[in-house]
Amino acid sequence: MLSITDKDWGTPARNSGQFATLEIDGKPVTVPVGTSILRAAALAGVNIPKLCATDSLEPFGSCRLCLVKIAGRGGYPASCTTPVAAGMKVRTQSDKLGELRRNVMELYISDHPLDCLTCPANGNCELQDMAGVVGLRHVRYGYSGRNHLDSPKDESNPYFVFDPSKCIVCSRCVRACEEVQGTFALTIQGRGFASVVSPGQHEPFIDSECVSCGACVQACPTATLMEKSIVEKGQAEHSVITTCGYCGVGCSFKAEMKGNEVARMVPNKDGQPNYGHSCVKGRFAWGYAAHPDRVVKPLIRERRSEPWRKVSWEEAINCAAAGLRRVREKYGKDSVGAITSSRCTNEETYLVQKLVRAAFGNNNVDTCARVCHSPTGYGLKTAFGTSAGTQDFASVLKADVIMVIGCNPTDGHPVFASMMKRRLREGAKLIVADPRAIDLVKSPHIEAASHLQLRPGTNVALVNAMAHVVVTEGLTDETFVAERCDTSAYRTWKEFIAKPHNSPEAVEEATGVAARAIRAAARLYATGGRAAIYYGLGVTEHSQGSTMVLAMANLAMATGNLGREGVGVNPLRGQNNVQGSCDVGSFPHELSGYRHISDPVLRAAFEQAWGVSLDPEPGLRIPNMFDAALDGSFKGLYIQGEDIAQSDPNTRHVVAALKAMEFIVIQDIFFNETSKYAHVFLPGSSFLEKNGTFTNSERRISRVRKAIPPLAGKEDWEVTVALSNALDYTMKYSHPSEIMDEIARLTPTFTGVSYEKLDRLGSVQWPCNEKAPRGTPVMHVGQFVRGKGNFTITEYIPTEERTSRRYPLILTTGRILTQYNVGTQTRRTSNVVWHREDRLEIHPHDAEQRGIRDGDRVEMSSRAGATTLRALVTERVQPGVVYTTFHHPESGANVVTTENSDWATNCPEYKVTAVQVMPVTRAARREEVRLYAAEASAAK
Amino acid sequence: MEIAHLVVMANQIAGFFEPLPDRDEAIKSVARHLRNFWDPRMRKQLAAYVIQGGDGGLKPLARDAVLMLHAETQSRSAP
Ligand code: SF4
Ligand code: SF4
Ligand code: SF4
Ligand code: FES
Repeated sequence: MLSITDKDWGTPARNSGQFATLEIDGKPVTVPVGTSILRAAALAGVNIPKLCATDSLEPFGSCRLCLVKIAGRGGYPASCTTPVAAGMKVRTQSDKLGELRRNVMELYISDHPLDCLTCPANGNCELQDMAGVVGLRHVRYGYSGRNHLDSPKDESNPYFVFDPSKCIVCSRCVRACEEVQGTFALTIQGRGFASVVSPGQHEPFIDSECVSCGACVQACPTATLMEKSIVEKGQAEHSVITTCGYCGVGCSFKAEMKGNEVARMVPNKDGQPNYGHSCVKGRFAWGYAAHPDRVVKPLIRERRSEPWRKVSWEEAINCAAAGLRRVREKYGKDSVGAITSSRCTNEETYLVQKLVRAAFGNNNVDTCARVCHSPTGYGLKTAFGTSAGTQDFASVLKADVIMVIGCNPTDGHPVFASMMKRRLREGAKLIVADPRAIDLVKSPHIEAASHLQLRPGTNVALVNAMAHVVVTEGLTDETFVAERCDTSAYRTWKEFIAKPHNSPEAVEEATGVAARAIRAAARLYATGGRAAIYYGLGVTEHSQGSTMVLAMANLAMATGNLGREGVGVNPLRGQNNVQGSCDVGSFPHELSGYRHISDPVLRAAFEQAWGVSLDPEPGLRIPNMFDAALDGSFKGLYIQGEDIAQSDPNTRHVVAALKAMEFIVIQDIFFNETSKYAHVFLPGSSFLEKNGTFTNSERRISRVRKAIPPLAGKEDWEVTVALSNALDYTMKYSHPSEIMDEIARLTPTFTGVSYEKLDRLGSVQWPCNEKAPRGTPVMHVGQFVRGKGNFTITEYIPTEERTSRRYPLILTTGRILTQYNVGTQTRRTSNVVWHREDRLEIHPHDAEQRGIRDGDRVEMSSRAGATTLRALVTERVQPGVVYTTFHHPESGANVVTTENSDWATNCPEYKVTAVQVMPVTRAARREEVRLYAAEASAAK
Repeated sequence: MEIAHLVVMANQIAGFFEPLPDRDEAIKSVARHLRNFWDPRMRKQLAAYVIQGGDGGLKPLARDAVLMLHAETQSRSAP
């Protein structure tokens, strides 16, 4: 069992490459030059008292507790701000030092409430510890002088309390907010005795710029900033290291436990990729796991019109198996399939695809990554040879130019955004290509060199134009291309891209971006040093999603921005395990490791391992499943952890398809829109309730560890095993580690992966095999995975989804920090205080034309459907474009999205929908209220 | 499946490969894409449509690729 406290080395590690040897209390120690004496002492096993220093922050030297004596130097310097020197002799203890430290503590304690026994930090308080360490026995000043003991608490944040009466003004919180998070929400206001920590301008936390990342709470040495869960429950007694279940950053956490109850989630200081940082979702929004809405009993019903019946696991599994078998017998072997989830572990996902291929006997398996990053898979594999981002996250710290396209990292990938912002504050240049002014465009100490505010749907035209500039102005890296790329494909591409129709001037009208801005951005990208591209669903969820991935790959290859640190083409994956679910074979045409099912040698290996013969033809992708359901050839579906009726486009079409199917099995933790059409509901387990692994956006495989027993009695992989066995295809696993061993045996990029190694190293990035036993942070070093880098012709083809007189505006969608996707989890946490509803952002010009005022209810209609929500009039969006988030089902963003999709992968075109927006008239509003009331009473 | 939808999807694929300078290469690329990513029932249905003379908006490149794939399938299933 892990303890809950970590060793604090006092100041951050230095990596100067040179070393110095010194003596501390007679002990010799060798450390990198630049290391503080405080850290060197800790490494030598000597603990110097300290308060304002901590190893996640640069030293500050304010508390004067860490004083030492250095032979040959006068005075008593602070060891946290004094770097080591070769031959130095340091003393950390003497009567004088003891006295000086007691004097410091005395001052602190005279202005501190002495309620240690009832303080929530009791047992885990650095001030308390230091009072003990320095041997404080009395306070000469008494406790009746001027003090802050009556300062009122700020409890406005739903997750932590700020109790200024306990503050020692060490400024760790302020520095954490600046250095670690990069939000600059806190300041020390006032001077001397009057100085206090203040969010914003003496505002409550909830009204300030604070994004509730928890970094200040983590850094605070006292109970001043404290999690409410600890105030309520007390300190934890053991901890379990696991991985966040939300986004594709994949932060490592310590789940601090009291028995089987989570007391708090703390970012794991030694864990990659987050090195002790977190965002509001992973840090605080875990309460959904214990929400009363959790379904914890298996349920079945004959018909959709009937109520659910609680049954035993055995009965539910048998019922699911019998239903799927019945459909298969009646309509043929290709009439059934399954959908895996990017929320589930690699092992669970692998088992579901194995079930389909081996037990169902077809390849009708797909994953929700279909609707987000499938173009990444296609594009990066075609260009470089493997379906994954090229870098590790830390690579951004070496980038000189950062180009952010179609993603909003501060909201969607917050912990990575903090890393990126650190690099930008150090001086890296930023290019943002986004229809909307995302926060990164201008935030404290950061301003984009260029914001290319393009029209939704014109990504390819924009990036082609940048490549045109690079080629026609002679900014290509010909040496790189000659050595590393297919030169004949390069020549063909160069000829294509140099054509006048790809010039910035030619695409100015279509993209809405001034030609000179495109030229400037292209020059900066090509000549500004190491240039890295980061992108998200604003790239992939288009009819030309795959083309755009290829176009960015072309640009990066032509400028030599691949195969080393600080460069690359990097998808930011939405969900925790998008990368992993694709890696382990969730796509209908591929077995694990992105290998096509038609390869007879590959199939033979799997056939031997699985003891069955495999279908060589690709199966149906999710949108094809819906179409096939409507034409009667697809009738049975097993869905693990995905709500297709809410998250897939054109809800009306999806619902019709679900209704047309005869038998649906759902495995999930909550009822959802899709479960309305299901016949069997198998209760799922949350990430806290199971063992397995997740793979994040940088190919990092991290362990998910069981912190509490599954509420419904089974981990998700056990359910798939039971279902398979009931279908007479025997699966025998006693632990997910055995499933990973099987993946490793069958997948060349995973051969070196095992739970033993993950436990030893913390995490590894695939490829992890004989050639790279400790994994591969940066890919394509020296050579592309496919051999030669492949240039592709990427003609811009405007989407069919055009504006018209009837639908004159373009709707595009996005996420916000505190909510997660369709909100199933985050809406069941206090995160709703930050986002009670989705709003439709509309430019003042478009609003005025329609008589829409801020806050008005508006109806938004497209050729697929209509929905209503409230307007937010803002210049963040450009005229002609409206924008909304999709975290609340009532806003029905997917009621209006269409079935247009990417040409290569059928990834839906969520990011471009032609719509009309009109105020909801009073009469219509009355009708809406009436219908709502009728529905509500019917539901009762 | 709805044939109009299959036609739209096939045209989108043809649209991507159309700019290739070598037409034979373009046909092969479209055919390869359909073979690699489309479920056989989708391919079969589109082929049947083309063979029956349906061309409701199908791009010539897509049509040629569908015919090429069909010929391949025929020769594979011939005794
Ligand atoms: S709130 Fe905590 S971290 Fe911030 S100054 Fe006060 S004691 Fe230090
Ligand atoms: S929670 Fe994060 S953003 Fe808010 S004040 Fe603390 S460090 Fe800053
Ligand atoms: S950044 Fe992503 S992985 Fe990290 S804590 Fe937040 S939601 Fe979790
Ligand atoms: S710890 Fe060094 S001055 Fe505070």
